[in-house]
Amino acid sequence: MSTPNSTAQTQIHNIGYRKYDGQRLGRAYARRSLYSQSLRGAYGLGRSAKSKVTPMILFAVMCVPAAIIVAVAVATNATKLPIEYTRYAIVTQAIIGLYLAAQAPQSVSRDLRFKTVPLYFSRPIERVDYVVAKFAAMATALFILTGAPVIVLYVGSLLAKMDFTTQTKGFAQGMVSVLLLSLLFAGIGLVMAALTPRRGFGVAAVIAVLTISFGAVSTVQAIADAQGSTGAVEWLGLFSPITLIDGVQTAFLGAGSSFPGAHGPGAGLGLVYLLVVLALIAGSYGALMRRYRKAGL
Amino acid sequence: MIATESLSKRFPRVTALDRLSMDIGPGVTGLVGANGAGKSTLIKILLGLSPASEGRAEVLGLDVATKGGEIRERVGYMPEHDCLPPDVSATEFVVHMARMSGLPPAAARERTADTLRHVGLYEERYRPIGGYSTGMKQRVKLAQALVHDPDLVFLDEPTNGLDPVGRDEMLGLIRRVHTDFGISVLVTSHLLGELERTCDHVVVIDGGKLLRSSSTSDFTQTMATLAVEVTDTDAHPDGTRAVREALAARGVTLQATTEEGLPGAGHILLLEATGEETYDLVRDTVAELGLGLVRMEQRRHHISEVFKDEPAPEEVTAR
Repeated sequence: MSTPNSTAQTQIHNIGYRKYDGQRLGRAYARRSLYSQSLRGAYGLGRSAKSKVTPMILFAVMCVPAAIIVAVAVATNATKLPIEYTRYAIVTQAIIGLYLAAQAPQSVSRDLRFKTVPLYFSRPIERVDYVVAKFAAMATALFILTGAPVIVLYVGSLLAKMDFTTQTKGFAQGMVSVLLLSLLFAGIGLVMAALTPRRGFGVAAVIAVLTISFGAVSTVQAIADAQGSTGAVEWLGLFSPITLIDGVQTAFLGAGSSFPGAHGPGAGLGLVYLLVVLALIAGSYGALMRRYRKAGL
Repeated sequence: MIATESLSKRFPRVTALDRLSMDIGPGVTGLVGANGAGKSTLIKILLGLSPASEGRAEVLGLDVATKGGEIRERVGYMPEHDCLPPDVSATEFVVHMARMSGLPPAAARERTADTLRHVGLYEERYRPIGGYSTGMKQRVKLAQALVHDPDLVFLDEPTNGLDPVGRDEMLGLIRRVHTDFGISVLVTSHLLGELERTCDHVVVIDGGKLLRSSSTSDFTQTMATLAVEVTDTDAHPDGTRAVREALAARGVTLQATTEEGLPGAGHILLLEATGEETYDLVRDTVAELGLGLVRMEQRRHHISEVFKDEPAPEEVTAR
C-alpha cells in the first residue's frame, strides 16, 4: 500500500505542445489508408468484438462446405471435384448476399448517418478518392469471401492428385468469375447502402434487390422453360445480378449453366451479359460519385 | 492567413456571399453573423470544396480555386454538427483522421495521444464515443481538427450546445490553440459576447456582406454595457433613481432597461461604458450617495447590436 511508487504515478508531466515537422504523405496515402481501414472494417477488424461475429461466421460458413467437399474427394480418391469452381459462388449466393447486406451499410451508411463524410472531404482526399477506396475495399472483401473457398477447392484437388492442367484452368476461370461477381455485388450493395443513412434500411434494400430479382427471374425462367421457350430463359437471366454472372461464365468461362434446363446464353448473347455486367459496375461507380457530390460538408 | 477579394457565392435563389473582401492575419479571429449570414459557405469556399461564383480567395497564400488539396493538408476543420461515430473510441477515431490527413501510422498514434491530452481527454479516450458528454464530444471534434498540426483551424460554432462552464472551458482552449500551440484560429459564432473574450480580431458578416472588421478592443470599448444595481437607504428610498440622476448629471448615457417583467428589473440600470473611467465613476457616485453596490457587470451583447452603428437605446436587447 505505502510503496513510494504511488507518488510517482500521480505526478503530472506537463510536456508542452510539440509541433509536427514530420512527413505528410498526402492524398494517395490517405486513399490507401481509407481502403485498408474499410477492408479491415468489412471483417470487423479494428472494431468491436460484436461486429466481428457476423462477417467471421459468414466467412466460415462459406469455406466449410468447400473443405468438406475436398475431404470427401481426397478420401474417395475421386478424379474430379463434385462441383465446378465457377459453380460454388452460385450455390452459396445466399451467404454472399447476407454478407453484402451486413457489410455494405456498415461501410458507407455509418459515415453518412454520423456525418463523418465532411471530415473526410475537409482533408486532402477528394470525392473520387473516397468512392474508389470504399468501392475497392468492398469488392476486395467480397473477393476474399468468394475466392477463399475456390482456393480451398483448388488446393484440395491438387492434394487429391487430380489432373493439374484441368484443375488449374478451372481454378483460374473460377477466380475470374468471383472477381467479376465481387465488383458487381460491391457496386450494387454500396449504391443501395449509400442511398440511406439508416443502416437497417440499407440492409433490407440490399437483401430485397438480390433476393427479389433472383426469385422473380428464376420463377419466370422456370415457367418459360416449362412452356418450351428456351430463348426467353436466356434473355431473362439479364435481370438479376447472380444470373448475370451465371450467364457470363456459361458463355466465356466454361461453366455449366444453372438456368432451368441448363439453357445458358451462347457466346453472342453472352457478350450482352458481359456488357450489362460492366455497365452495371460502371453505373454503380457513377451513382456513388453523384451521391457524394451532395454529401460533402 | 486568409484574404478574400470581392468573393461572391450565388445559389439559384439566394446570394450567400456578396462581394466580400477582407484580410485576416494570424491570431484568433472571430467570424460573427446570424444564422444564414454566410459563415458556413465562406468556410466551404476557403477549404476549396465549393467554387466561388465570383472573386478570389487565398488561404495561407494558396489560391482556393486551384490549391484546395494543399490547403486542406495545412488546415483543420471542426464542423458545427455532430460528426463522430459512436461505436469507436476517441483514440481510434482521431488516429484514423490523422492518417486521412497524411500522417504516417506511428506519427498518427503519437500525435493523437498528444492532442487528446492537450484538449483534456484522458482515460476516457479508450471508451466508445457514444458514451461521451457533449463537452467531451466537442473536445474530440477539436482534437481531430488539430491532430495533424495545421497552421490554421476553422472552428464552426465550437460552443454550440455547451453549458456555461463547458463554454468557458472551450473558449479557454481555443485561446490556447493560438497562444500555446501557435495555430491561428478562425472561429464562428452568433454570439459576439463570447468572442470578445477570446479573439484578437472580430469580423462581422450579415447577408453575405462584410459589416465590420476590427480588433476586439474596439468592440469592447464602444460596445460594453454595464448593468448596475444598488441598495436603497433611508436617505435615498429609491436608490436606483438617485444613482440614475447623479450619473446623468455627470454625462453618462443611460439606456432604458428591457428586462421589464423580470424580478428586480426596475432596479437595474444599464449604461454605456466608454472605458475604464466609467467603472470608476459609477463606483464613486454610488459611494458618494452612501448606497450599497449590489452588482456592476458587463452585459453580453447580441449580434443585432452591431448591425446598427449607433444602437438606439430603446432597441438594445441586453442579454
